[in-house]
Amino acid sequence: MTIPLLSLMTFLPLVGMVIILCLNRERHVNAIRGVATVFAALSFLVSAYLFLPFNSADSAIQLEEKALWFDAAGFVVNYHMGIDGLSLPLIFLTTLLTLLSVIYSWRITERVKEYMAFFMLLEVGMLGVFCALDFFLFYVFWEVSLVPMYFLIGIWGGPRREYAAIKFFIYTLVGSLAMLLAILAMYFTSQPHTFDIIELTNQKLFAGPFGFGVKHFWVATLAFWGFFLGFAIKVPLFPFHTWLPDAHVEAPTAGSVILAGVLLKMGTYGFVRVSLPMLPGPAQYFAVVIVLLALASIIYGALVAMAQTDLKKLIAYSSVNHMGYVMLGVAAAVGATVPDRYGPTLEVARITALNGAVLQMFNHGIITGALFFLVGVIYDRAHTRDLNSFGGLAKQMPVYAGIMMMASFASLGLPTLSGFVSEFLVFVGSFGVYRVFTALAVLGVIFTAVYFLWMIQRIFLGPLNRQWTELTDMDGGELVATVPLCFLMLFIGIYPRPLLDLINTAMSGLVYEMSQVIHLVQGWGMWG
Amino acid sequence: MTAPELLALLPYVVLATTAVLVMLSIAARRSHGAALIISLLGLAVTLAAMAYGGWGGAPQPVTDLLVVDPLATVFLGLTVLATVIVALLAAGYLQQQSVQREEFYVLLLTATLGAATLAASSHFASLFLSLELLSVSLYGLIAYQYERPLNLEAGIKYLVLAGVTSAFLLFGMALLYSQTGDLRLPGGGAPGALAGPVTPVYLLGALMVLVGMGFKLALVPFHMWSPDIYQGAPAPVAAFLATVSKGGVFAVLLRCFLTDRLSEHASLYVLFVTVAIVSMLVGNLLALLQTNLKRLLGYSSIAHLGYLLVPVVAGGHMAAGTAVFYLVAYFVTMLAAFGVVAVLSGGSRDAAEFHEYQGLAWRRPWLTAVLTTALLSLAGVPVTAGFMGKAYLLANGAEAGEWVLLLALVAGSAISIYYYLRVIMVMFGAVPEGASVARPRPVLAGLVLGVLLGLLLGLGAYPGPALTMLLALMGG
Repeated sequence: MTIPLLSLMTFLPLVGMVIILCLNRERHVNAIRGVATVFAALSFLVSAYLFLPFNSADSAIQLEEKALWFDAAGFVVNYHMGIDGLSLPLIFLTTLLTLLSVIYSWRITERVKEYMAFFMLLEVGMLGVFCALDFFLFYVFWEVSLVPMYFLIGIWGGPRREYAAIKFFIYTLVGSLAMLLAILAMYFTSQPHTFDIIELTNQKLFAGPFGFGVKHFWVATLAFWGFFLGFAIKVPLFPFHTWLPDAHVEAPTAGSVILAGVLLKMGTYGFVRVSLPMLPGPAQYFAVVIVLLALASIIYGALVAMAQTDLKKLIAYSSVNHMGYVMLGVAAAVGATVPDRYGPTLEVARITALNGAVLQMFNHGIITGALFFLVGVIYDRAHTRDLNSFGGLAKQMPVYAGIMMMASFASLGLPTLSGFVSEFLVFVGSFGVYRVFTALAVLGVIFTAVYFLWMIQRIFLGPLNRQWTELTDMDGGELVATVPLCFLMLFIGIYPRPLLDLINTAMSGLVYEMSQVIHLVQGWGMWG
Repeated sequence: MTAPELLALLPYVVLATTAVLVMLSIAARRSHGAALIISLLGLAVTLAAMAYGGWGGAPQPVTDLLVVDPLATVFLGLTVLATVIVALLAAGYLQQQSVQREEFYVLLLTATLGAATLAASSHFASLFLSLELLSVSLYGLIAYQYERPLNLEAGIKYLVLAGVTSAFLLFGMALLYSQTGDLRLPGGGAPGALAGPVTPVYLLGALMVLVGMGFKLALVPFHMWSPDIYQGAPAPVAAFLATVSKGGVFAVLLRCFLTDRLSEHASLYVLFVTVAIVSMLVGNLLALLQTNLKRLLGYSSIAHLGYLLVPVVAGGHMAAGTAVFYLVAYFVTMLAAFGVVAVLSGGSRDAAEFHEYQGLAWRRPWLTAVLTTALLSLAGVPVTAGFMGKAYLLANGAEAGEWVLLLALVAGSAISIYYYLRVIMVMFGAVPEGASVARPRPVLAGLVLGVLLGLLLGLGAYPGPALTMLLALMGG
């Protein structure tokens, strides 16, 4: 019997949570922290081990696990898990960031038991989302990841935590309910009825040219927009992003790291796992909406980030900006374009854009994760995040300055750091599909550079503010949380190939499958 | 009466006998413990008798008045189990009251008998008698702590309401009788008995019956009474009202109106869809304004009964099973929520204002866990029973293509999450200065809440067996 690696990885934190709940909140504080760390580490080790049995040259789903969950009234719901080149990097990202967050969270002193228990549950939900291949299971994990994050923000958050937590929950819940309707629409359209994501994709429900008046127009449209709402709120795509600055600013440091590093990826993952392969026709038909909203996210996110004086808010809006690149790549992977661009190079462009988008998900996870840790570092010491109150800190905290600058440069897309690779791929690929939109999106990179450089200038350069002569440099726990991420930024920036090969196999397969189903030259995006 | 008839009737006879036995025991010697134990034993024997008689068989008419079919049996089981839980919750609750405790169980048992026979009625006479048995018992239960003004007010409101309900029902029955010349439910009480309006007068009669049920189920626009009564009634009684009482009436609703062909009767169909949508939205919107947990649960219950109309409107092979499964999830959830209120309440008033829950998470973590899970279940968040129930409702509606109804359901759920989260947020807030810590921790109620928490999560994580059984029973 083979070991169910994915289930093992997903549910190890649940075991940790149960153990934590059995420990005494006052007497066993360090034991609680230790258990959380050990189980996060075990889960991380299993996820790292996954790379060994995984065949990166195979675009099919691997390490599958399937068992009947329940079956009533002909409603067959399976426990179906599996991974491919899309989910594996995100799984690795999840376990890595959770482990680092737990290590960083040793400094939490209030209600440690509940904190760590919620963190473990959060990891179960996130890993489950990336592994689940049955819509019902997917939805359950999706929601399971929502509840602990709500508590993490609502209990350990900043002054406006209650508002932020409720806003976060309601936005996401509205999205997921819309998604639930879309799932049911898919279920009842499929023949035979199924919740299985792979089977639904293989059934090619809405194959052929898509447009107003085709047989399944309304069902497919409802399904597409249902999923769109669920995923776009999570990404978040402009104009659904307003929960994000609140949630990020109020969340505790590790909560922000997970929120930005992993939870946002669930949205883009959904687009690539569900919307593109399952609904390529509607996706192509409505791609222009996605691309316009992505463009708005890029430009608007960058401009608003530029206007922030709160460091954490700045990083939060930079997420809106960076996730916009992912969505640009997603739209380019399917969008209609002018006829003279059709041909073999178009597919290459689509694959390139999608590779960039998936790599950008991973990169944004490590870079923004690191940045949020770094915001926590300064806030713990100075108890303010006001950019204008700092200055000259490079002298006072040289290690901190170095790591912060490296993460910022990675985020703004400096070559040799990871952000550059993925953004470059997104732009190259998207340019083959949308020339005007891509050219406009590149403007976003300039704005990104502006706000990061300006941020660095205001915090680290200039004369040292007398107020901060007491500040100490980073301690051991903070270094453990951030250095591995910096190493990954550099590694992927210089040698992205192993990861990219993995992604490329899956994305080539996806684009190929989509091109079999839609025979295009239609849609509204042709002037882009 | 034949042997099969007697066998089918046995659980009801046991239930009635138990009520009498408890009453006699009180006459002999007052003892809270004895009354509780006799009640619980009687309820257990009722379940045993039900199991002995077998379930899921062909409908067994018992005279013209009752029919013991799967619908009746399922509701009997549900009702009795819920009553066991209410009785256990009430035991700890009453311990802290200065009233006579024993009669509570007599009333509880007669009310249960009323709800159970209501679900088995196949004749207007038995339907009406059962409903009156339920209502009259409830007057006593709601106003049980008669020295509290709110309790008395609630009791009197319920009395007026029950009077209005009876008036509507009786008038409706009279109109139906004028058309059919028969007081038996058409089709021997098979589901969907009244959904066949042939003449305008018949339709009017059916509508009157529906209005009567609407009052009892607190569907909008017949909901005005319900929050006051929930607020005023003792917490265990409120739990009983929200579950057993509504469940029994809902069974009648299924018996009268659940059919695959509801959409053929335009007026009934429009009425049901409207009432469902309005109940979902109004119930949830009004709940937003509440600062009292019992009132809030009352409004939430309005919305949930609105959700429960989805299978009635949608019909289809899984409608009955879906409705019953949702009701099971709703029973478990409501009992858990009111159970926590009951455990926290004591002395002169019930603990139901939000500020009394401030920081509860750090004082009573397990109670908070139960209430939080219950509220998330009401909101329909996985992994809870409420989510599974809602998923099946949505599936049932989607299969029938009732997208408008589903959108209302989704909108209602989205609104509802806000007020549930508010309560949760209060519980996880800072512990107020000088909060009382020492409260008796009733073992029985603690055990019950533990079981309910297990059911909430169990039905959410592994609903297979329960779902399969219910759907098979209800012919899904």
